[in-house]
Amino acid sequence: MDATMHTLLTPLIQLLGPAWLPVWTLAKIIAIVAPLMIALAYLTYAERKVIGYMQVRIGPNRVGPIGLLQPIADGLKLLMKEIIIPSGANKGLFILGPVLVLAPALAAWAVFPFTEHLVLANINAGLLYVMAITSMGVYGVVIAGWASNSKYAFLGALRSSAQIVSYEIAMGFALVGVLMCAQSLNLVDIVKAQSGGFWHWYWLPLFPLFIVYLIAGVAELNRAPFDVAEGESEIVAGFHVEYSGMSFAVFFLAEYANMILVAGLTSLMFLGGWLSPFPFLPDGFFWIAAKISFVLFLFLWFRATFPRYRYDQIMRLGWKVFIPVTLTWIVVVGAAMQTPYGYLFH
Amino acid sequence: MEFKSLVFYVFSTILLLASLRVITARNPVHSALSLVLAFFTAAGIWLLLEAEFLAITMVLVYIGAVMVLFLFVVMMLDINLIELRRGFWSYLPAGLLVAGLMVLEMVMVLGGANLGLSEPAPLPADYSNTKAVGRLLYTAYVYPFELAAVLLLVAMVAAIALTHRKRNDAKHMSPAEQVKVKKADRLFMVNIKPQKPDAPKEDES
Repeated sequence: MDATMHTLLTPLIQLLGPAWLPVWTLAKIIAIVAPLMIALAYLTYAERKVIGYMQVRIGPNRVGPIGLLQPIADGLKLLMKEIIIPSGANKGLFILGPVLVLAPALAAWAVFPFTEHLVLANINAGLLYVMAITSMGVYGVVIAGWASNSKYAFLGALRSSAQIVSYEIAMGFALVGVLMCAQSLNLVDIVKAQSGGFWHWYWLPLFPLFIVYLIAGVAELNRAPFDVAEGESEIVAGFHVEYSGMSFAVFFLAEYANMILVAGLTSLMFLGGWLSPFPFLPDGFFWIAAKISFVLFLFLWFRATFPRYRYDQIMRLGWKVFIPVTLTWIVVVGAAMQTPYGYLFH
Repeated sequence: MEFKSLVFYVFSTILLLASLRVITARNPVHSALSLVLAFFTAAGIWLLLEAEFLAITMVLVYIGAVMVLFLFVVMMLDINLIELRRGFWSYLPAGLLVAGLMVLEMVMVLGGANLGLSEPAPLPADYSNTKAVGRLLYTAYVYPFELAAVLLLVAMVAAIALTHRKRNDAKHMSPAEQVKVKKADRLFMVNIKPQKPDAPKEDES
C-alpha cells in the first residue's frame, strides 16, 4: 500500500519541491484533528445520551433522527452568540485563556500512535513529550480565571491549579512504572512491549498504577467527581463563568479533547493500544478505538454515579493515598525485576 | 539563510523580548507569564541543539510545575509594585555583578575551543540523550545524584516542619474517620404511626 501511495504522490512531491514537507505534515495534522473534532462533538452527544439513560431519561432526541444532529445545533448556537468581555477583564489574556487550554490538548496528539505505522511523529521521548505538553493545559484555566476579574472564576482557577499540580505527580509516577516495564519512552515501543494478548497488557502487572492513572486522569480533566474547578453549586461555573459564545465552546472542546486524550493514553499504556486481546484476531486501529470508547464510557459512568468530592478529600486522596501507592508499586516492580520473577513485569 | 538558523533567530528574539518583559511588566502576573514564555522558547532552542531530554524536562518541571505554583502565589498576593520598584537602583550593582559573571561563563563556554576545550562532536541521528543522561546519572554520578536527592528531601521536610505548626483555633477534621462513617451512625429511622388529624371545627354561623 505504501508503494502505490508513493507513486501516486510523486508528481505532487515534484510539483511542490521544498514546500512538500510542511504541506504533507499539515495534511497529516488535519487528518488527525478533523476526525478528533467530529469524535468530540459526538462525545458530548454520547455523554448526554448515556447519562440520560442511566438516569431513566432519554436525553436529546429532537434535532435530527434520535437527536443525532444535536451537537451540530449546539455548535451553531454557540457560534452565533455574542462573546461578552467583562469590562474589568484583562482583554488580551481573557481571549488567550481558552486558546491555551485547547492548544496543548491538540498538540499532545502529535506523538499518539494509532497503529504501529500510523503516527505523526514517532519520537524517542514520546512519553515525556505527552507529560510535558499536557502539564501546560493548566495555564489556560489559571489565566482564564485570573483575567475574568471575577471572584468565582478566580476561586475556580486556584482550585484547578492546586488540584492539577497534585494529581500530575501521581500520574507521572504511574507512568514511571510503565516505562520501567517497557524499558522505553517511545509510545510505539511501549505498546509493542505489551504484545501477547489480554493477559500481557500492563493493566495486570501494574494494576495499582492503572487504577491510580485512571482516577488521577479524571481529576486532571476536572471532571465529576473531581469537578470542583467548575463546581456549579458552589462557584457557579468556576473558571469559565464569564465566558460566552464561542470562547466558552473552546473550553468545552478542550475538555472533551482532553478526555479522549487521557482515554487514549490509558489504552496505550495499560490496555495494549492497537493490539488485539486474542492471539487469533488481527491487531489494528479498531482495537484502540474500542479501548478508547470503553475508557470514555467509564468517564461518563463516573459522572453519572459519584457525587462531587469535597476539596480537602481530593487533596488527601492525591497526596496521601495515590502518591504512596504509586511509590510502593514502583519499588515492588523494581525489586521484582531483580528476582527470577522479573519476567512477570516485562 | 538556512531554515534552522532562521528558527534560531526567531526563537532568540522571542526569548529576549519575553525576558525583558519579565522585569519591565507593570503587572506581576504578566511578568510570571512572560517568564513562562521565556522558558518555553528556551526549551525550543534546546530542541534545536538536539538536547531533547533537557528541553522536555524544562517544560515538564519549570513550566508544568514550578511556574504554576509561582503564578498561584503571584495571583493571590496583593503586591504593591511601586514599593517593589523603589529598590531598583540599590539592587543594580548586585544585578550587574551577576550579569557580569554570566557573561564570563558564556565566554568560557562559547570560547571553549580557544581555551583548550574540545569541540562537541556531532552525534548520529538515532542517538537518544535521554538514555545517555540516565545511564550517566545512575552509574558514574550515582552518589552525587543520590546526595542531591537526599538534600532536597531534607529541605522539603524542613520547610514543612518550619511552617506546619499546630494551630488550636483551626477546626480539625479527620477524613479517614469521616469516610468510615456508616449510615447507621448518622441516620435513624423512626416509625411514626399514621395519625388522623383532628377534624376541623364546624363553622358556627
